[in-house]
Amino acid sequence: MKKSVLFGALTTAGLAAGAAQAATLDDVKERGELNCGVVTGLAGFGAPDANGVWEGFDVAVCRAVAAAVLGDPMAVNFVPTTGQTRFTALASGEIDMLARNTTWTFSRDTDLKFDFVGVNYYDGQGFIVPTALGVSSAKDLDGATICIQTGTTTELNLADFFRNNNISYEPVPVETNAEGQQQYLAGACDAYTTDASGLAATRATFENPGDHVILPEIISKEPLGPLVRHGDNEWADIVRWTLNALIAAEEYGVTSANVNELASAPGTNPEVNRLLGTEGELGGMIGLENDWAKNAIAAGGNYGEIFEKNIGENTPIGLARGLNAQWTNGGLIYAPPFR
Amino acid sequence: MTTTSDAPPKAGFRPSQLIYDTRYRSLTIQVIAFIALMLGLSWLVSNTITNLSALGKDFDFGFLGQRAGYDINQRLIEYDSTSTHGRAALVGILNTLLIAVLGCVLATIVGVLAGVLRLSKNWLVAKLMAIYVEGFRNIPVLLWILLIFALMTEATPQPRDFREGGDASMILGDTIAITNRGVFIPAPFWGAGAGILLAVFLVSLVAIFFWRRYAHRTQEQTGRILPIGWGTLGLLIVPTAVAFLALGMTSGRVTQPVLATGATEGMTLADYAASQQTINACAVPFSTESLNLRRLMRSQEIRFNYVAVEDAAGALTALEAGNCNILSLPASVDIATVPAGAVALSDTIRRGMPVEFERPVLGGFNFEGGLQLRNSLIALWLALSLYTGAFIAENVRGGILSVSKGQTEAAFALGIKPSRTMRLVILPQALRVIIPPMISQYLNLTKNSSLAIAVGYMDVRSTLGGITINQTGKELEGMLLLGLFYLVTSLIISSAMNLYNSRVKLKER
Repeated sequence: MKKSVLFGALTTAGLAAGAAQAATLDDVKERGELNCGVVTGLAGFGAPDANGVWEGFDVAVCRAVAAAVLGDPMAVNFVPTTGQTRFTALASGEIDMLARNTTWTFSRDTDLKFDFVGVNYYDGQGFIVPTALGVSSAKDLDGATICIQTGTTTELNLADFFRNNNISYEPVPVETNAEGQQQYLAGACDAYTTDASGLAATRATFENPGDHVILPEIISKEPLGPLVRHGDNEWADIVRWTLNALIAAEEYGVTSANVNELASAPGTNPEVNRLLGTEGELGGMIGLENDWAKNAIAAGGNYGEIFEKNIGENTPIGLARGLNAQWTNGGLIYAPPFR
Repeated sequence: MTTTSDAPPKAGFRPSQLIYDTRYRSLTIQVIAFIALMLGLSWLVSNTITNLSALGKDFDFGFLGQRAGYDINQRLIEYDSTSTHGRAALVGILNTLLIAVLGCVLATIVGVLAGVLRLSKNWLVAKLMAIYVEGFRNIPVLLWILLIFALMTEATPQPRDFREGGDASMILGDTIAITNRGVFIPAPFWGAGAGILLAVFLVSLVAIFFWRRYAHRTQEQTGRILPIGWGTLGLLIVPTAVAFLALGMTSGRVTQPVLATGATEGMTLADYAASQQTINACAVPFSTESLNLRRLMRSQEIRFNYVAVEDAAGALTALEAGNCNILSLPASVDIATVPAGAVALSDTIRRGMPVEFERPVLGGFNFEGGLQLRNSLIALWLALSLYTGAFIAENVRGGILSVSKGQTEAAFALGIKPSRTMRLVILPQALRVIIPPMISQYLNLTKNSSLAIAVGYMDVRSTLGGITINQTGKELEGMLLLGLFYLVTSLIISSAMNLYNSRVKLKER
């Protein structure tokens, strides 16, 4: 009898501990590891390399946050999520943040109770078709069979696009990008639709990328960015300003190569000094060490470096900066001032 | 003499008796266990409520009335992206029920065959069935679903291979196309007289019932055995076939005019199409009128939009509202009464046979017309049926083995044929052993159908439990509804099967 009472108490305590999820920052520090939700595998954005080490454009955000909070960019536990499981994983506290080409929308920010902390890639939904099909516009796709990742905004955009243009299609729902790719290559669908960046990344892994063409229509706005649970503003601030630090670093010419040198002594640019902690106490204001931004930048470089290394024009994915250039170069990437 | 009568002292109830008195102890334990259970449950509920409110989420089912916004490929009822989440859930429910019914039927057929054949005296047949049963029973059903789906996708030709110069062709006289997007089969269309045909068929079913009763009675009274099988088969086919031919010869030959608004009397369809920007044709889905109208349009290579209506009156209303500008009505409808100034074109269509089949034809990207059995449906159906069939086969084998061999020998001694021995002596006795485990196999199959998401089959788990939850963030509500649906379905299946079981079980009088 005594024993079962004890077990009951233990179970209750265990469940109660699992249910509590107040200060994410304290949890992460205590755990010594950041739980970061990522894509199940999308070349350039988030995929394990040959040694099983996760790398990619979205993964770099996780590493920067881990470096800022824990001082170690490798202290990340990557949790692969599908389009369907990602929100449940974040809402339940299984992951601390989600960095997985997720579109910032009104209802996700409000009704689903998440906070998008910024945009790390401005994207739009496109279509890829085999060149042999002879299709030059998405409006020619009347009656086509289209593979679509289920549980995404692209699913809704697709329905709206075909409805607006009064043409019909047959959706083939797939769970992951890999499954979509396999179905598309087998010819089980005429076209595959997802974010244009994802299409470029997927095409780069094809045997003959030249046999496939990405149609010119971009049918939606897809601002992709990391997000956290609603309600923990301190944690949201940390993720938001880590992303901003990466962006500001590119603007001020702070790179992974010169960050240690710049952080060793105050320089001429006061904004860089504040960013790197040689002047002011910005780190303390968000509950971190003063060298948080230095660590974040040292982890994988500034925003531009991360872009070029993972998805830039010199990689197989070959995406141009386009909308994702710094605002000073005519793009939309813009960090608020560090002061 | 001392009396040994030890009348117990009439002591009152003491609380310690609750633990030490065996009469009360079991009751005490039950009460404590019940309280603990209730406390646990109430803790779970309050914990859920607290955490939901901590996340700022409310608990309500209003999302079912919101616009769904996504499309579903296989829908048994009308649905598009402007329908509600509730409607999407209903589409999913129907898809789940479809696969459950198809699966249970095929699993029963496969299972009974395999179970009987595994007892065959033919070594090869028995061993083949043993391999089938052990192979399917011991490998997870998800693997079978994925394997069959991969086979269907990778090993079958694409629709564009069916074009001229391609290396694929349709089978069975160009009626069926097997592609990596599914199997396209001819679709039935119901024409004038389909109701009469159905009535004839129903009457012949009643006739079969009476014929069988008459045959049984004759046998009981006179011992004469009437040909039940042939009689049944004849009654099933002949009257319906005769009615079909008769209706085809009469009403099938009647033509009816094609009406169009804004046309002049006697204009040809081609001229009319050239004078209009868009052609919207009103037609009743799956009626021969709609089929023949479509055939006429196709033969003249006219593009048109299809406006589905309920019946002829609905078509007239739609015409009046300007939703369509062309339609076809039976000649019995007075053209003068047709609103919106529609006049008859010079082209006419045949009313058609009571039932006509439309063949799938290769269109722009894919086969058009006909009925598409998607690969996801086929993979799920075959895998679930073969998997569950293996278990049913073992139930059947066990049931047959449970009937003593003396029964067979006694039947043979009476000179009853082997086939009749099986049907009239062995199976009735075996059924009472077979049915109860069969119920749980049917339940398993129905619940396993929720693996549909693996191949993108849009069952209720994929619509309500997948996309809807994802778009609305109502995990708890969605999962509760989903659980409720499976619970109710399972209870219905098991009570229906229990009814059947009480009919076949051993009657003790």
